[in-house]
Amino acid sequence: MPIEILMPALSPTMEEGTLSKWLVKEGDTVNSGDLLAEIETDKATMEIEAVEEGVIAKILVTGGTEGVKVNAPIALLLEDDEDASAVDNYTVGGAKTAPEAKAEPEVKAAPAPQTSPTPQAAAQPQHSVSGERIKASPLAKRLANEAGLELASISGSGPNGRIVKADIETAKSAPQPAPAPAPKAAAQATATTTELGMPLGGGAEYLTKFGVEAGSYDLIPLNGVQKVVARRLSASHENVPDFPLVIDCEIDNLLKMRKELNSQAPEGIKISVNDMLIRACALALKHVPECNASYTPDGIALHKHADVAVAVAIDGGLITPVVRGAENKGLSTISGEMKDLASRAKDRKLKPHEYQGGTFSISNLGMMGIREFGSIINEPHGMILSVGAGAPRPVVKDGALAVATLMTVTLTCDHRVVDGAMGAKWLQHFKRYTEQPITMML
Amino acid sequence: MADTQYDVIVIGSGPGGYVTAIRAAQLGFKTAIVEKSELGGVCLNWGCIPTKALLRSAEVYHNMQHASDYGLSANPSFDLQKIVQRSRKIAGQLSGGIKHLMKKNKVSVIAGFATLKAGNPAPTVSVEEQDYQAKHVILATGARARTIPPAGLESDGKFIWTAREAMVPDTMPKKLLVIGSGAIGMEFASFYNAFGADVTIVEMMDRILPVEDEEISAMARKSFEKRGMNIKTNTQVKTVKKNAKNVTATLASGDEIENIEFDRVILAIGIVGNVEDMGLEALGVKIDRSHITVDEFSFTGVSGLYAIGDVTTPPWLAHKASHEGIICIEKIAGGNPHPLNADAIPGCTYCHPQIASVGHTEAQAKAAGYDVKVGRFPYIGNGKAIALGEPEGLIKTVFDAKTGELLGAHMIGAEVTELIQGYTIAQNLETTEHELMETVFPHPTLSEMMHEAVLDAYDRTIHF
Repeated sequence: MPIEILMPALSPTMEEGTLSKWLVKEGDTVNSGDLLAEIETDKATMEIEAVEEGVIAKILVTGGTEGVKVNAPIALLLEDDEDASAVDNYTVGGAKTAPEAKAEPEVKAAPAPQTSPTPQAAAQPQHSVSGERIKASPLAKRLANEAGLELASISGSGPNGRIVKADIETAKSAPQPAPAPAPKAAAQATATTTELGMPLGGGAEYLTKFGVEAGSYDLIPLNGVQKVVARRLSASHENVPDFPLVIDCEIDNLLKMRKELNSQAPEGIKISVNDMLIRACALALKHVPECNASYTPDGIALHKHADVAVAVAIDGGLITPVVRGAENKGLSTISGEMKDLASRAKDRKLKPHEYQGGTFSISNLGMMGIREFGSIINEPHGMILSVGAGAPRPVVKDGALAVATLMTVTLTCDHRVVDGAMGAKWLQHFKRYTEQPITMML
Repeated sequence: MADTQYDVIVIGSGPGGYVTAIRAAQLGFKTAIVEKSELGGVCLNWGCIPTKALLRSAEVYHNMQHASDYGLSANPSFDLQKIVQRSRKIAGQLSGGIKHLMKKNKVSVIAGFATLKAGNPAPTVSVEEQDYQAKHVILATGARARTIPPAGLESDGKFIWTAREAMVPDTMPKKLLVIGSGAIGMEFASFYNAFGADVTIVEMMDRILPVEDEEISAMARKSFEKRGMNIKTNTQVKTVKKNAKNVTATLASGDEIENIEFDRVILAIGIVGNVEDMGLEALGVKIDRSHITVDEFSFTGVSGLYAIGDVTTPPWLAHKASHEGIICIEKIAGGNPHPLNADAIPGCTYCHPQIASVGHTEAQAKAAGYDVKVGRFPYIGNGKAIALGEPEGLIKTVFDAKTGELLGAHMIGAEVTELIQGYTIAQNLETTEHELMETVFPHPTLSEMMHEAVLDAYDRTIHF
């Protein structure tokens, strides 16, 4: 009996991933621990290892296939003493997964040229979602049932993503961060190809519905990062009643202090303006703890630490590595961590726990010369700070015109958690730290 | 010139150390293991395995003495030296097996006593004046019998024994005192009792086998007393004084003091971790009452230094050490193992009758705030047990009444040490009473009692 190699879940939120590349080919002998393939997940590329030894008898999902469901068979492995004929009369995982696995190449072939759009491709994922078996221990199922929790909304920490008792307890103690949005959005996307309203899904027919001719553009398939960004930010836009607050900060002192710090810093440490802003944000969050909060249907979660997520542009997307407990970290620690996180983010080598979570985010486009801008809240964060370029601008000082280096920042707040006065109070603290940076050294 | 650069060096080759070394090698680490005496550590050479060999001899002898119960006749006698020889031969055979496993997995074996000194990224390991460097050093140095020299409670190699001397006896003592009624004490008490020694067991607590469920302790006591053992609980051994040909032990129970003469004494009053003379203090390793403090993945807090098994926190069991070692090295390799769940580690005592348990006792479950459902099934209700001539014993289950989670299982009787794994798997897979009830157990087996003990917790037992 051949062993099925399954698509692994590389992070708790991973539902599907892209099988970017096979590192072995059919007929190769593998030992446990050998690298088999590269998988592109939500936000990172990871390699999967062989668990058992044997011969790769058949590759079921070719390299470059996207949307491979977690736990779908991707290859068959024969143990040493097995005959290759075992593969011939082998049906993958029985009736359940077979159509799915076959459907993948079809979906992939669909995008560009198809002229007579069929709802088939759109209908497929919905079908597989409803039929998917959720792995959970009997005890976990019973506990979830008693607590009124949907198993589908819980991520499993057991083998192969199996939901165990501890996961239910975590889900029960952590107020549910609105379980509905993501699945709901997904369901809409797949279900709607009606005559009325906006076409929300359907691949190639999407633009046709708007009157853009098929063939007049090149379609580049979405990678994992782009899919997550699209889903998360659309959900945020839909769910979060947000509003912006804008303030100018004079950062001449901050720039001066940075220069002094760097001239005295030991070899290898170079503090950036952004590092200083991360610390300023963390300290302001500590000062105004009611702003370090998340909305949940059961109450407002006040976070005990300022975990600052920092938006980093990477090739083909955006990722937000998190500086955890930033309120307790000095500038050199923050600087060192950010340097490491950012460089690994660019290589897509971040581990899920390094970019998931966080309690607040900061996005800086100052280096691109942007004067001011607003950002979309990264749920479940209560606020996001958008930092514009620091540049010499005219200011009025003591009734006379003068020149100072001004930086305009925009704080976007989730009004369910942070109201105008609270946000303004936070910004005052932030402004004070940037204008009298010596206070952030305390 | 010997190779001195490794990825991983494991110190100690007991069931914690050698298993960790093999797993390290499997994960692709260049691995060495340091051992000051025999490969396999205490478990293989002076613990688990040789005592099981001795107890097997005791069991066969017991059955021969009761041959007529089975319609047979026998004229049993024994040769203590041959019994000991058999035990030593088995230990030797297994130690040789470890040597082979090390070779097969390309783990270098360094003979000698290891000391550590500060190094980067991990402490430098010195053995016989040769320095070895590794990226990760794992301490698996184990433990030894606890002694209390001021009270005379230390091995003299003649009258007063620790487990080590007790498994290579020169003569069968007529009157034997066993101090401590944990697993080690009760196993030796069983062995010597089987061969005719007049055994007295002294325990400070109010019951023997104090870590087991109270009901199991009580049944065990009854069974041992029936076999002629003299059990004194709530009793302390104040001193042991050596005479010319025997010893006098002063036993205190409340205000009552009594002096009794014994031929031999076995100390089974616990263990102490082997933490001395390795330079651990200088490195800043935290040691709490002779055991190293570690985090859930066995990290000591000193860069590159880990500790597993008996030298760390309880339970002090071989299988806990092995599993802990595997978790430790998989974590080092960048894996994502789950930390060890101390509530799901089974414990076994190979006295006669055998005792095995996993998880919460009934009292512990209640103390932890659970509303419990308890099931019991006695050996006398099981066909296989009666056919075996082993009608004495009990299987007990403890469930959380609210969720049906199997909180614990406790067993006494024939072969329970082989049965307990069934409940351990059930716990690990998080089955509820429902799946256990739906499972088909083969007939006729002792395991049917495991099914019945589950049914009984929900008032559905069939055969009793």
